[in-house]
Amino acid sequence: MNLDYTTIQNTLQNQFSNQVTDFVIIHEMLTFEVAADANFEVMSFLKNDPALRFNFLTDVCGVHFPDNDAVRQFCVVYHMHNWIDNVRIRFKCYLPVTNPAIQSVAALFLSANWQERETYDFFGIVFKGHPQLKRILNMDEMTVFPLRKEFPLEDGGRTDKDDRFFGRESSCV
Amino acid sequence: MSTDKVKMVDAPQGHVGQGFFATKLDSVVGLARANSLWPLPFATSCCGIEFMATMAANYDVARFGSERMSFSPRQADMLLVMGTISKKMAPILRQVYEQMAEPKWVIAVGACASSGGVFDTYSVLQGIDKVIPVDVYVPGCPPRPEQILDGILRLQEIVKSESVNRRGSEVYKELLNSYNIK
Repeated sequence: MNLDYTTIQNTLQNQFSNQVTDFVIIHEMLTFEVAADANFEVMSFLKNDPALRFNFLTDVCGVHFPDNDAVRQFCVVYHMHNWIDNVRIRFKCYLPVTNPAIQSVAALFLSANWQERETYDFFGIVFKGHPQLKRILNMDEMTVFPLRKEFPLEDGGRTDKDDRFFGRESSCV
Repeated sequence: MSTDKVKMVDAPQGHVGQGFFATKLDSVVGLARANSLWPLPFATSCCGIEFMATMAANYDVARFGSERMSFSPRQADMLLVMGTISKKMAPILRQVYEQMAEPKWVIAVGACASSGGVFDTYSVLQGIDKVIPVDVYVPGCPPRPEQILDGILRLQEIVKSESVNRRGSEVYKELLNSYNIK
């Protein structure tokens, strides 16, 4: 009954041909790339196929790669888990910086609702078809997407900090 | 009944005579206020756990006249802010402060409430004095109950010496205006 990675890879390639690419095993977990416009179909297939049975969506998150090409700067990573055979996989969809939008999978897994809102909140990735895509953790007044690399992590309003005590050069010594 | 176990606060400075005692109204009001501060605990993280120890039998903040925790801002004198205040929480903290009746005092307990602590990040308020005026800062991460008690005792000194007119003064109004309160 064991489901091995070769079977998963062959099944997906037969079904989706060149929309699924770059199969590689990272940290003993099968990882591959899915064309951004096929994420819903691939996930639906992984969930409903009687052999694959990936019945659980573990995680949805975003990544920002500012050094990538403009069409591959944002990445949405999905982790799925087959509870019956205890197999985990991970797949990634790359998005352009100009219009980072992807189909929502909240219709497949209700748990994606929260995770997609969080990814939107921090990266500004738009999930099309999400029932309520608005900020979830940060305050509503925030105008930026804080986990994008161009946004400074530290608060500019800090008044008690002397950079010399943090191993950094101070401009006024 | 033995009286040696009952501790009384010292009377303020004044004139003692046959059957009378004369002192300043400020001192009497200050004495009463300082020894009956009703705390409003605003606890968001580990400093709140230390405060629970401060409230409980071992350290017993009730010994200093703070027997009753008030979870309604309307019946509290002393706002104790313990823990990290995120920017999303800041308007709520401010609203709680505004709901307290005068006179009111604020203690920032711990590094996070005082300055943001280790959380020098976009989502955390860098010290509650960015949104409300603070009377006493208690350092520590988290501070021990003894330090919190020390902070309360220091606040009592401030309360004792406060003029009864302070809350109506122009200086106080300016202070509140600088925080855009009222």
